[in-house]
Amino acid sequence: MAPLSAPAKAASMSKNLVVRFAGEGGQGVVGGSEILAAAAAQVGYHVLTFSTFPSQIKGGPAWGQARISTDEILESGDELDVLVALNRYAYDHNVEELSENGVVVYNSEEFEVDEGGRAIGLPADQMARDSGNPRAANMVVIGAVAQLADFPLAYLETFVTKRFTRGRPGDAKIIEGNIAALHMGAEEAAKTGFSLEALDAAVPSPDERVLIKGFEAAGLGAIAAGLDSFIGYPISPATTMLTYMEENLHGDGKFVGQSSSEIESIAALVGAGFSGRKAMTSTAGPGLSLMGEGLGLAWMAEIPLVVVDVQRGGPATGLPTKTEQSDLLMAINPGHGDMSVPVIAPGTIEEAFWGTIEAVNWSERYQGPVIMLSEASIAERQQDIVKPDLSQVRAENRVVADGSTGNERYIGDGVAPFPVPGGPGAYIANGSEHDEQGDTTHLPEVHVTQTHRRFKKLELLANGSFEAEQTGASVAIMPWGGSKGSTRGAYLELTAGGEDLAWYYTMYLNPLPSKLLDELRGKNLVIVPELNYLGQLSQVLRAQGVNAHSVTQYTGLPFKVQDLRDRLAEEIRTRSGKLATV
Amino acid sequence: MSKRNPVYDFTWCPGCGDFGVKRAIESALVERSATLSESIENSAIVAGIGCSGNLVHLQEGPQPFGIHGIHGRTLPIAYGLKSSRPDLNVLIVSGDGDFLSIGAEHIGPQAKRNLDVTVIVMDNGVYGLTKGQASPTTELEVVTSTTPYGKLDDQMSPLETYLAAGVGWLASSISTQVKALQQLVVEAMAHPGFSVIHVQSPCTTYNDTYAALKGNPKEGIEPLAYPVPEHHDPTDLLSAYGLAKGGRIPIGMVYQRPDSVPSHTRLEEARERTGATQKTVDELFTAMVI
Repeated sequence: MAPLSAPAKAASMSKNLVVRFAGEGGQGVVGGSEILAAAAAQVGYHVLTFSTFPSQIKGGPAWGQARISTDEILESGDELDVLVALNRYAYDHNVEELSENGVVVYNSEEFEVDEGGRAIGLPADQMARDSGNPRAANMVVIGAVAQLADFPLAYLETFVTKRFTRGRPGDAKIIEGNIAALHMGAEEAAKTGFSLEALDAAVPSPDERVLIKGFEAAGLGAIAAGLDSFIGYPISPATTMLTYMEENLHGDGKFVGQSSSEIESIAALVGAGFSGRKAMTSTAGPGLSLMGEGLGLAWMAEIPLVVVDVQRGGPATGLPTKTEQSDLLMAINPGHGDMSVPVIAPGTIEEAFWGTIEAVNWSERYQGPVIMLSEASIAERQQDIVKPDLSQVRAENRVVADGSTGNERYIGDGVAPFPVPGGPGAYIANGSEHDEQGDTTHLPEVHVTQTHRRFKKLELLANGSFEAEQTGASVAIMPWGGSKGSTRGAYLELTAGGEDLAWYYTMYLNPLPSKLLDELRGKNLVIVPELNYLGQLSQVLRAQGVNAHSVTQYTGLPFKVQDLRDRLAEEIRTRSGKLATV
Repeated sequence: MSKRNPVYDFTWCPGCGDFGVKRAIESALVERSATLSESIENSAIVAGIGCSGNLVHLQEGPQPFGIHGIHGRTLPIAYGLKSSRPDLNVLIVSGDGDFLSIGAEHIGPQAKRNLDVTVIVMDNGVYGLTKGQASPTTELEVVTSTTPYGKLDDQMSPLETYLAAGVGWLASSISTQVKALQQLVVEAMAHPGFSVIHVQSPCTTYNDTYAALKGNPKEGIEPLAYPVPEHHDPTDLLSAYGLAKGGRIPIGMVYQRPDSVPSHTRLEEARERTGATQKTVDELFTAMVI
């Protein structure tokens, strides 16, 4: 894992444009941000989106944010250059995040911004109707934003033409209406005389780049790893991966199905894994809760399978469409009894791809369940990345029994050859404690022997890679998952300001890479920024002898770089004042 | 794998109905294997939790694969197993507690998918392994350890439940008729779709229904079990409902849907119809190139 490069300095307007579309669910605010990002990516900018919306089909406060930059970016930006507010609530609740020179574009049919200043009122719905496409209100607004940022409309026209050319009879009319709407918005914005500092011209990357969402990266990772069966039940925010797999995994020996519950999903994966196939599901916290017993069965019977948990706010129904990192403890111990389920948590889109491949590989290597711990902000993020070098993909397959082990499946002091139904070595894959051929026996010495075997296999996974920088420092920062991007921004600002801080990061959370643990144990303090109340990774680290403490947030939203920088500085001062200087 | 397992610590009580079911399954698997020239390892038995599920460990003779999972989840396990490997012959052994109480929610989905597996439910009307609690098929007012006032819930009618859930191949049997049961198992395995054989398999310890099932003419006890009348047309769903609702226990073929396309064939046909083919990972990425 190569360390990430520095994010562009915030507030350098010429390199960065952050636009938020705020309104109600169903008004296309998420779509608006994604269209703008996609158009910008097409001309060579780096883009990253974040969205937050309510758990309902229409209505409720929602916003989508696009960050467009000439440099590589890791998070969606703190301050807004443009706030698009489609109603009064959206304006009131987002305007304080506007930067000093930011501009508000608002829907003047809904409300008026009276304090004057840098605000442009557009009767977007009326303008959309005038354009001939009543559904093009978004395009009116995007046209206005483009004008403000001096972003050539030609880019957007090209994008609109490509997006709406779908081989349907009405295509031409829709394209025409959308392009007209873009121009109408731009003309209105031009009349105001407002402008943002023009974005520097994009520097087209020499590499082939793809515009991709997190769930697509995970789905592609699964396919690249040789996945055979994907079975899932709809649940926010994991449904997108199920539908992606329904649309993209076909062919002989491949199966994708919608189950009737998460209880059915996990049991079906056990059946699929037992049959010799590579199996996966995607779910969120409530589903993972229901899978506890089935995951225990996979651990006990030694069945390879992967559960992708796209974390959302919990517990119970919690915050179904918001982002949180509060399932780590459950992922490691999802059910009753002695088990420790391997967990991989991606922190970027690239890691969603490579991490999913590794999750399948881990399950095959140690023959048991693996949890891929994603989160809403990773799964739904759209970003441009360099197209992965597929020659680096390595798909592992479990060691299959060739008949030489007879009917004995659970033998040796670790991984044993896996008999595949239809081939030699018939045995019972048993969730009850069992002897070598899988027959139930509850004798004390058998439980001890088999428990040792099951835990011993985890040693095969303890060599994961990790990032390490400035390792001489006594205080370290170590984020996980989707907090990687914001933390990286905060870390770079702190070190640029003179803090002597080490940086550690890994997506392999259980088992943690043994070399990483050795290094962390040598630190006076390890600070873990994470999106949960309990401080879950720091608990895990403390249990393994690391003096770790968390900086937490549980708003349903990701960390902002500036907030996190300040909180990390405070944490360093209060916990190790004599060690760190600010 | 009873013969080869020196430390196995489970057995059934003497006289348990499940012994007859075990013999029927052993013979049916051997017969299928011989008829189709198919290796026994091409069959897999998915077992539930309870005395019935322990059958998978007691199988003698040529050994199929087995999976002994968690309580109530035989059907979901079989769903993933058969969908991933349509080439395998999948058999499920379960009981009235495992299948009709904790596992009942899974009957409808598999029936509607028409998953090509064969289910053998051993109904003893009681939770035997946990020592005698009421099950869905325990009769109303019966006193058990969990029903000290007598059972307050109506007795479930399994055959009606299966038909209502959409089970397309349904037979009712009794564990004492091993040869007939063996034949039913062979036919159910050959049926392309979801098949259920509901077997009366008495528990001699907690709910000995042998006498009630067979009746006793000398004492004027009418047998609870009776052969399905010859005039019954198993392709007639309404007539099958009539049997299921009759109050007594019909033994024989109850229902067989005239058309049966199993889930894996539906998928194959849908893929052919829509022309869905697998793209390579490189092609999928290339489609996203900016």
